[in-house]
Amino acid sequence: MTLKSNLKNILLVIFTTLLLSACSTAKKSGDIDGDVYTGKETVEYLAAGVPDRVFFATNKSSLTTASRATLRKQATFLRKNKKLNVVIEGHADERGTREYNLALGERRANAARDYLMTYGISGKRLSVISYGKEKPVNPKSSPIAWSQNRRSVTVKVN
Amino acid sequence: MKKFIFIFLINIFSITNLSALIEVDITRGNLDPLPIAISPLHVDIKSEKYKDLNVKELGDKISGIIEKNFRNTGLFNPLKKDAFVQKPDIAHLKPRFEDWRLIKAQALVTGKLLISSDKLKVEFRLWDLAAAQEMTALAFTTTPSNWRRVAHIISDKIYERLTGEEGYFDTRIIYVAESGPKTQRIKKLAIMDQDGFNTKYLTLGNELVLTPRFNPTNQMVTYMSYFRNMPRVYLLDIETGTQEVVGNFPGMTFAPRFSPDGKKIIMSFAKDGNSDIFTMDLETRLVERITEHSSIDTSPSFSPDGKFIAFNSDRSGLQQIYVMRSDGSNVKRITFGKGIYGTPVWSPRGDLIAFTKMHKGKFFIGVMRIDGTGERLLTENYYQEAPSWSPNGRVLVFYRETKSGNKGEGFSAKLWSIDITGYNERRLLTKTDASDPSWSSLLSK
Repeated sequence: MTLKSNLKNILLVIFTTLLLSACSTAKKSGDIDGDVYTGKETVEYLAAGVPDRVFFATNKSSLTTASRATLRKQATFLRKNKKLNVVIEGHADERGTREYNLALGERRANAARDYLMTYGISGKRLSVISYGKEKPVNPKSSPIAWSQNRRSVTVKVN
Repeated sequence: MKKFIFIFLINIFSITNLSALIEVDITRGNLDPLPIAISPLHVDIKSEKYKDLNVKELGDKISGIIEKNFRNTGLFNPLKKDAFVQKPDIAHLKPRFEDWRLIKAQALVTGKLLISSDKLKVEFRLWDLAAAQEMTALAFTTTPSNWRRVAHIISDKIYERLTGEEGYFDTRIIYVAESGPKTQRIKKLAIMDQDGFNTKYLTLGNELVLTPRFNPTNQMVTYMSYFRNMPRVYLLDIETGTQEVVGNFPGMTFAPRFSPDGKKIIMSFAKDGNSDIFTMDLETRLVERITEHSSIDTSPSFSPDGKFIAFNSDRSGLQQIYVMRSDGSNVKRITFGKGIYGTPVWSPRGDLIAFTKMHKGKFFIGVMRIDGTGERLLTENYYQEAPSWSPNGRVLVFYRETKSGNKGEGFSAKLWSIDITGYNERRLLTKTDASDPSWSSLLSK
């Protein structure tokens, strides 16, 4: 009897684990829209409610509606902190040739910079650097990780 | 250190005999490699030791290097030494051809060496066993510490004699040595002999360095560095270690390569979200714009005659390969196949362009004619890119990365090579992980 109930328990545990992992996978794929990352993992904050990064689709540098909202928050934050300068780091995922990715990262960082400038932030406060695919934030080889790595990150300089 | 003295010892046989001699066809994949016997070099012992060199072992070591070089070509089958039928010194004087033919050898390499008055003297002979005659005989004199290079030069001479093409053994590869976790890679410039020996690190790893490439004389290297967090193109003198920034524009300069005459560096310059191609004359420092387009134009590579430039651009929407005149005129797209194309590199012979192709989540290294026709994909993998040509245009070296798990485990970056026939894919041994290889030209030419 004990053996039977033990088995039952084990099966139950296995089943629950499977169910949970299925749930977490489902939740993760929900963090991607098109192939732009929309989740919160890896995101840091310049101040409360001001995310430091925006994400891009494969081979693209256009800003999504969500990215523009994030950048407007950054612009508000930068207007309030007039002495603060930032560097915008542009990044690409690992699924592209190194040199092209350097150019792509530069293009992405500038897309973010241009948007901040249209919201009144002086270009002098916004420098840009591309790391291409050299500094992934998530080392995994998976579509989710790649989407987290296709990003531009606004970093305080002073 | 660099100077070699070539002395042609013997050249007995007349040119009319040549057509009868063995030849190796290297234009196709060779499934029936030529059996070759490489006898250990006979050591004429004046002294057992020369500084830290064990002179006695040198004959075996040199023939071992030649043997490995030849096995790695895939074109030759070096035979096992325990089947050899004659002592090295006697074989070198006059082989008993019929005995060597018995072990199925078609060619035989013999030689001898000695060290006297601080010089290493090496001679070798290449014999055609079927025709029972000598094909080549050469002697070298150099400083003893150069013994590995002597082995590579001998390999080149034999390869040249048997295939009718220049060899690629007395060459080096510059690359980026990688270490550390995937999210915090440490990268250093490294240089090694093509067989993986004599690795030297040229930078310390304090800053990110990428894409080193040799100049035509192999003395200078152009590469990209993030020194002081300013991504720029640099020039490094390998002998003196002097480094200088050459692409110091406000923005990012990257993807550098030398022009075939070594006088210019061609590179991309990115500013305000746009990358275009420029050249800089190293003497006058004159900068010339080559492309002007709102797309990403990068990975430029000159044709060997300097008249054309291949590059990749996403002006059509996705990365494709284009060819233009070296003044930027007459831009023509040459890739129209399925997938996206990057990193075009013109072959030293001028007839082919090697490239990276991405299609359906796979990466391919391939070659095509310079008008984009005749595409041949040589190898497919999870990730690989950045082909660089052997100086004779027969072999490509590139790097390959593996998939990694949650924490980046399982990740590696290694150098690989493949013949343009699509055969003979093999890993190049490096002391660390490695990427961005660039093959030198022949060091002694």
